[in-house]
Amino acid sequence: MNNTKDILRFTTAGSVDDGKSTLIGRLLFDSKQITQDQLEIVQRISERKGMKEIDLSLFTDGLKDERAQGITIDVAYRYFQTEKRKFIIADTPGHLQYTRNMVTGASTANAALILIDARKGVIEQTKRHSFIASLLHIQHLIVCVNKMDLVSYDQSQFEQIVASFRDFAAKLDIVDVQFIPVSALNGDNVVDRSQHMSWYQGSTLLHTLENLSVANDINQIDLRFPIQHAIRVDDEQLKDYRAYAGQIASGIIRVGDEVLVLPSQMQSKVTSIQGMSGQVTEACAPQSVSIELSDELDIARGDMFVKPMNQAESMAQFSAMLCWMSAKPFVPAKKYVIRHTTREAKMMIKSIQYVYDLNALKRMEGVGELKMNDIARVDVQLSSPIFVDSFRKNKATGSFIVIDEQSNETVAAGMIF
Amino acid sequence: MHRSDYETMEGTERMKYRLDYLQELEAEAVYVIREVFAQFQHPCILFSGGKDSIVLTHLAAKAFAPGPLPFALLHIDTGHNFQETLDFRDALAERMNVRLVVGYVSDSIARQTVTEESGPNANRNRAQSITLLESMEYHGFDAAMGGGRRDEEKARAKERFFSHRDAFGQWDPKNQGPEIWNLYNGRKNEGEQFRVFPISNWTELDVWEYIRQEQIPLPSLYFSHVRNCVKRKGSILADSPYLIPHPQDEKVELNVRFRTIGDMTISGALESSASTVAEIIAELKEMNQSERGGRADDFRSESSMEDRKKEGYF
Repeated sequence: MNNTKDILRFTTAGSVDDGKSTLIGRLLFDSKQITQDQLEIVQRISERKGMKEIDLSLFTDGLKDERAQGITIDVAYRYFQTEKRKFIIADTPGHLQYTRNMVTGASTANAALILIDARKGVIEQTKRHSFIASLLHIQHLIVCVNKMDLVSYDQSQFEQIVASFRDFAAKLDIVDVQFIPVSALNGDNVVDRSQHMSWYQGSTLLHTLENLSVANDINQIDLRFPIQHAIRVDDEQLKDYRAYAGQIASGIIRVGDEVLVLPSQMQSKVTSIQGMSGQVTEACAPQSVSIELSDELDIARGDMFVKPMNQAESMAQFSAMLCWMSAKPFVPAKKYVIRHTTREAKMMIKSIQYVYDLNALKRMEGVGELKMNDIARVDVQLSSPIFVDSFRKNKATGSFIVIDEQSNETVAAGMIF
Repeated sequence: MHRSDYETMEGTERMKYRLDYLQELEAEAVYVIREVFAQFQHPCILFSGGKDSIVLTHLAAKAFAPGPLPFALLHIDTGHNFQETLDFRDALAERMNVRLVVGYVSDSIARQTVTEESGPNANRNRAQSITLLESMEYHGFDAAMGGGRRDEEKARAKERFFSHRDAFGQWDPKNQGPEIWNLYNGRKNEGEQFRVFPISNWTELDVWEYIRQEQIPLPSLYFSHVRNCVKRKGSILADSPYLIPHPQDEKVELNVRFRTIGDMTISGALESSASTVAEIIAELKEMNQSERGGRADDFRSESSMEDRKKEGYF
């Protein structure tokens, strides 16, 4: 399992004119990820738009409509790699109305890249993005203070912004924050060190991304194995083979381990682990495996294997943070479906404790409705229990989505803590 | 085993429990494939004969091993395929003991649901979308997995893993459901369907590195060979009876290979002497052209892929 190259997934957030698309374009361009034919297309469009230099943002702005509008409208995924790492970028728009896209992009990220316009400093939107990154428990924040060229590469301007960000971020739950002064337009401190900011001794953006330590981002302590389905074979070669297929959500599992099956509470022993390249003696998160047990038990999709001495909590009533993602507002008496790991149940939202005002960063109590992009703390009741850990301790077993059974739409994302 | 053994490990020992990038991509793809099996009634694999759908089929077989592959392969045959693709397809289906279902564009033309394009750049690329929908409906498939990757093309960059299509097979890029964590929602109404892309997060290079690691067999078209070609407007096409001649066409015999495999009328060849997977990877790392750079179907306009996808193209 030990190999050199791993994956870093990060999300980017910023408003239309923070130069986010330009920054990613610069990152791709300077790290030589843009091919000749892509460059020619972008040169052609830039010329048509009457621009003197190539518009780097065109490398990332995908869909037709948004190119016409000059904005990013949805989550777009970008890929690049260096010798050290493969990078997956979830590029999300920064408008207020697109909180749902930010949450989507942040949900799979190890790190968040926050953009601040050096002329404007920390604005409401910066706070909103950082709050969402903290809510989604992204452990690493990289704050790029962009457009340093427009403030004459001024050190004190940068330091003021750093201080005001730190002041505000003290209230958030973020493990690691780094600040980089950049000019995406001119390429300062993106891939190459700036010639204009000798006062900055830190790393460039690419160097920071390549060296971010994400070893502790995956929980390898608490075994949680949600079953996707059972594999049964009974033929000439294999008599009565029965294994349980799934992706290990967290922890390590070994042949010989005693496991407890939730919800039945029955106990058995692991007799074999089928990995992706044959039988193995141990496996860890996030591997996809199939596991055989010593006993013939009644096990189905949605069940979970844990260790007898380290169980997830079985809960049918809890409170959670919810991000409402549907244009249709929440309906109080309605029964929704909750999907948590591979398990589903009916769900009712009994009460809204508060809705979070993302601009004032304050709780608003006594709000009776949830609209698109609202973030709220709610109390829910399920028809049957799910097997939960705190989202802070275990993202895979602390998160869920809410589905409207009539429209089939995913209407909310939830976190239990 | 005590629960805290990982907690007491040294950093170097903990490294044993980090997946490398190919293992992580593989685990993710297999998880998605198993979700498709669990969430749909009658899913299939859309098999084009290209490397991405071959890798997808390989992953699907792993996901259910040692059991049989529980999906049929659906191939849309435009009638303009390379013979090598068809031979490879038939051999693979037999080797893996999987059901092969073929939808023919010529049948759609006979039914008059498709009108053949005319003119010098005529091809059957758009027609495929209609035959695909007709085939899915005829065989009752409610989900089709494909080898589409987000790094291929700008319209694909916004595609979900689980991509909803309405009863007319249309994609609505502005109204896609949110996809959060790895909790995929495959619920739909009667008559609607999903397209699912388990290798969304793979790049072209990842696919090749995986082919090398797993030693996956590929059609001979991917490797350097001598072929009668037609040079047309800076691209190299295979000479075939399906190609409508241009006055400026230049016919030449070249040492070529194909980087993507579609119809003979649109797949651009590149001059290359790379005859092994390792040589292709080395060449790819040096190359300064994007993967679909030779695809005539993407050149029609800046957003031609997006327009085709809205109509039901893969």
